[in-house]
Amino acid sequence: MSSSAPVVDLLHQPDATGHFGLYGGTFVPETLVYALEQLADEYTRAKADPAFQAEFKYYLEQYAGRPSRLYHAKRLSQHLGGARIYLKREDLNHTGAHKINNAIGQALLTRRMGKKRIIAETGAGQHGVASATVAALFGLQCDVYMGDEDIRRQSLNVFRMKLMGANVIAVHSGLKTLKDALNEAMRDWMGSVEHTHYIIGSVAGPHPFPSMVRDFQSCIGYEARQQCLEVEGRLPDVILACVGGGSNAAGIFYPFINDRTTQLIGVEPGGRGTALGQHAATLTLGQPGVLHGALSYVLQNDEGQTADVHSVSAGLDYPGVGPEHALWKDTGRVQYVSITDAEAIEGFQLLARTEGIIPALESAHAIAQAAKLAPMMNKDQLMIINLSGRGDKDCQEVARLIDLA
Amino acid sequence: MSRAPVDGINQIAQTFAAVRASGGIGLMPFLAAGYPNLDATTACIKSIDRAGAACIEIGIPFSDPIADGPVIQEAFADALAKKIRLNDIFQAISGLSGQIKTPLVAMVSYSILYRYGLGRFVKQARQAGFNGFILPDVPPPEARAVCQQIWDGGLDTSLLVAPTTSRKRREEIAGLCSGFIYYLSVAGVTGERKSLPVDLADGLAAMRQITDKPLCVGFGISTPAHVQQLKGHADGAIVGTAVIRRIKNAINSGTDLIAEAVGNYCKELIGAVA
Repeated sequence: MSSSAPVVDLLHQPDATGHFGLYGGTFVPETLVYALEQLADEYTRAKADPAFQAEFKYYLEQYAGRPSRLYHAKRLSQHLGGARIYLKREDLNHTGAHKINNAIGQALLTRRMGKKRIIAETGAGQHGVASATVAALFGLQCDVYMGDEDIRRQSLNVFRMKLMGANVIAVHSGLKTLKDALNEAMRDWMGSVEHTHYIIGSVAGPHPFPSMVRDFQSCIGYEARQQCLEVEGRLPDVILACVGGGSNAAGIFYPFINDRTTQLIGVEPGGRGTALGQHAATLTLGQPGVLHGALSYVLQNDEGQTADVHSVSAGLDYPGVGPEHALWKDTGRVQYVSITDAEAIEGFQLLARTEGIIPALESAHAIAQAAKLAPMMNKDQLMIINLSGRGDKDCQEVARLIDLA
Repeated sequence: MSRAPVDGINQIAQTFAAVRASGGIGLMPFLAAGYPNLDATTACIKSIDRAGAACIEIGIPFSDPIADGPVIQEAFADALAKKIRLNDIFQAISGLSGQIKTPLVAMVSYSILYRYGLGRFVKQARQAGFNGFILPDVPPPEARAVCQQIWDGGLDTSLLVAPTTSRKRREEIAGLCSGFIYYLSVAGVTGERKSLPVDLADGLAAMRQITDKPLCVGFGISTPAHVQQLKGHADGAIVGTAVIRRIKNAINSGTDLIAEAVGNYCKELIGAVA
């Protein structure tokens, strides 16, 4: 950050109408504004309501299993020969990823609003599973929109959702992945706003989703900060997290946002190359634009048409990113880099072999970045990798890809 | 805030003033620019003009139209698959100069306006012959600055009012519409529906209490009976999916027959309220 850059108070974002600096806002058909205003009002009340916070905490602890561990990955650290590496074990949460944190929070809000039905979009299926889970937990009807290509790639999660009573709706438009699932969920919501809550799974979308989902996920960072202080007596030097829409990264970064000695690095999917259509590295290679209700960085052509994207990871395969990340990028507070499909698959295997932990392909992007960065750090420096999910769901797809290679 | 077209005549306001004076209801058919190609689009514009529509809505194809049902989605996807560019659309519309009398409004996503540059888009759209914009995804408060810039460029703005929109927001939206108010008959996406909601007339009457500006109703309107039902309650009936479906049905029969099918359908709708 240059010394002339304006000082932005990154802790107190967004403004009252959902703007993170230039980014964010509400760019949706008027039909949805009713539901967004209702949600923003309800969330404002809930946030200040000790009963809501206590209930949220109860389900995070007793149902999801929080706090998640901060595990010292000794063999990975030794293998890479540099920084002392810790893993924030979101993969050990119930349902196997960080997504459950947000799903519990929004399901509790759904109940407060008196709505009986939730809808969700899903890419890798982790958010769909988390939504199906809370629907079963709280007795809500649940429809999950999922791209047809992702249904193929993530058959285990499709089964899990159905087993818990959710209806999985295949989306055949576009590239049949996450963006298309989000479009269909939005269209459903256009006609069901009065009785349905749409649980957006990331820090993307119109206000109040970006800040609300960040808040629900920020338990990751608050815990990690406290755990690191307890174990090491100081804050970490580096935190790595993968970024698709950006919810696990926002969750771990936000509580450290004013700890300027801790370097924050978001790792995007570099796919097969830097040409438009070959990757989903929105912050690294994209430009400001509007998609799915907010102004942020997007991957689109010069006339605002959303670009095709690619990533080996179905959860990162998205042409947009949360607006708060756009602000963090512009202010220089967070650095964003990208990791290719091939590097991510190596990271996937590296963690399995060195620690006996199979990471989600999404999280494997952060592992792969750690493999590049840790050797350049010295042994008393601390690195935390947000292990956002576990990789069982990806085993079949990785087996197919490794066989091909 | 300064209001609306800074010079020239406000054609949209004049059109609906005439409709109201005649005690009728204006028809506003929708076309997806470039579906199935721009020759067909301009031929359809001419046939709709001859049929006597009040206004024509030209949808600028967008990759992620979340307010649209499958028929319009498919039309947009088809136009984009054929690599249609904004400049192609502007040129095609320019080519109609002097040949039509019906005002044209572009329905365009803010994703396109933002990336292309709002000022640049407004300037080129005006030069091409558009009279205004429908902004489907820019509600207040975001709409305030956007509408001002469009007015400064000399074009009209129309925003959506939904059945779910509060009275306070309806008042603000009415103030931000310099053309007509796009009143959604239902909460939902575009597409043909068998009947109009029973409470639509009440909703329109409530809107009338708030504003004297032209009220045009869209989403789900497809039959002469629908248009008849709206007469006396609204100034305009917007018909989208049903028009696109007629184009789709005639898609292999050539430009002339596509335009004829659309023109005949519009005559049928207009005839119902003549």
